[in-house]
Amino acid sequence: MASLRKPNYPGKLFIVEGIDGSGKSTQLDLLRKWLISEGYLVAFSEWNSSPVVSEATRRGKKQKLLTPTSFSLIHAADFSDRHTRQILPAMEAGAIVLADRYVFTAFARDVARGVPPEWVRDVYAFAAQPTVALYFRVTLEESLKRILVGRPALKYYEAGLDLNLSPDPYESFRLFQDRILKNYEAIVDEYDLTVIDATLPLVKQQEHVRALIKPHLEGALKINPRAYRQLLAEDSLYGRYIDEIARSRRG
Amino acid sequence: MTALNFYGTGLPNLVDSVLPGKFIVVEGTDGVGRSTQIALLREWLESRGYAVAWTGLSRSLLAGDAIKKAKDGHTLSEMTLALFYATDLADRLEREIIPALRAGMVVLTDRYLYSILARAQVRGVDARWARRMFGFALMPDAVFYLKADVAHLIPRVLGDQGFDYWESGMDYLKGPNVFRNFVKYQTQLLAQFDAISEEFNFRVIDANRSVRETFYDLRREIGAVVSDLKKQPIEEPAPALEEDKSSVEEVVKAIQKEEAKESASI
Repeated sequence: MASLRKPNYPGKLFIVEGIDGSGKSTQLDLLRKWLISEGYLVAFSEWNSSPVVSEATRRGKKQKLLTPTSFSLIHAADFSDRHTRQILPAMEAGAIVLADRYVFTAFARDVARGVPPEWVRDVYAFAAQPTVALYFRVTLEESLKRILVGRPALKYYEAGLDLNLSPDPYESFRLFQDRILKNYEAIVDEYDLTVIDATLPLVKQQEHVRALIKPHLEGALKINPRAYRQLLAEDSLYGRYIDEIARSRRG
Repeated sequence: MTALNFYGTGLPNLVDSVLPGKFIVVEGTDGVGRSTQIALLREWLESRGYAVAWTGLSRSLLAGDAIKKAKDGHTLSEMTLALFYATDLADRLEREIIPALRAGMVVLTDRYLYSILARAQVRGVDARWARRMFGFALMPDAVFYLKADVAHLIPRVLGDQGFDYWESGMDYLKGPNVFRNFVKYQTQLLAQFDAISEEFNFRVIDANRSVRETFYDLRREIGAVVSDLKKQPIEEPAPALEEDKSSVEEVVKAIQKEEAKESASI
């Protein structure tokens, strides 16, 4: 069984993987809200969201500059930035980290684009092993049904048009997703990902997710976001101005 | 002729077995005079009839600006920066260097993966990881290493723009003394370069000497590397301007005639 680097940190790392339309982000969002309501301190990191790197990625995609190799490397730079600045520090502090897509996205997708499988694994060799890695399994037809309802405009790289599989974006997307799906299925065995049946009703899936996460929550950092409420009550204050701060932060 | 050999797993989707051009790298630490030598070499090679393409670190369309911006903001970790430099290199390799080599040109590169390895290793990045990550990089025909010691670098750096933040290792060395840190950093960097030089079979050029002496050495060695390349024929002088003008006028007249005919028929 292949595995990633295991940092000796008290925090927990829960990640979700799956093809587009598997519903993984919805489930992670539900999990996040539940963990917060339970009082846990939750850090969140999303694929392709590093403030420094993602701007270059966006431009590269828009101008169709990316080749399979540079596509892979620029996403690795993005991941490395988030890994250093969001994921590892939070784990060291003992918090829960949720990641929407992780290195397995690169293993499945970049290899579908044609980069050598062993090379992309070497590039990401620094990544921390997740505490739990959930794979949302869905058939190609089901995912396409979910994504393509209403015939949305597919982006160039999203549809895999750089691979010349088909000039029709929808057919290209289908062929590309099929490749990614096959790679994912091999990765499930290679890295022992935990499979969730993503065709079940949302609530049922979330029950499974929570049941899988629960045994790993012991010792995770908790915060009391309403600590000042107690103080206000003791001193008979309304908290007029402190609520303003909270509101402006949310806004 | 550049053989299609890579440092590791290589680049996907290449159909070539050899590239007719010549891939030449000039390496060396900051202030050693790389830019000067490359500028001289470009002109010299061109004057001898070679078609020359030139590129250097963080000059890619894809990641060049973003790297400069990230360094200004000091925001990226060393590993992220190495990956970003690798993105930049892959972009230039696939969209500039290889197409130029395919067209039979001499490609002069101002620093290659070796500089990125040296600066990352000084800052503690895992050397084995970095080498595997750069497995996509094409092996050049020759790497010329301009080697000068720190004492020789100092007057050149002072004469140029003074001590740069990064070139003085201020991002990771302690203390506010820029001069001391420059000496310390460049000494560490030179040690890395020397080791890398052996690992990758650099041809060492003594750059402690004058620009002229260094150039003559480089010129002789590079001349030998490119000697089996076909030179570009010297171009015929451009046809006279009047001729162009008259032919354009004829085309315009022909179009106008057609247009007139069409509008008449409508």
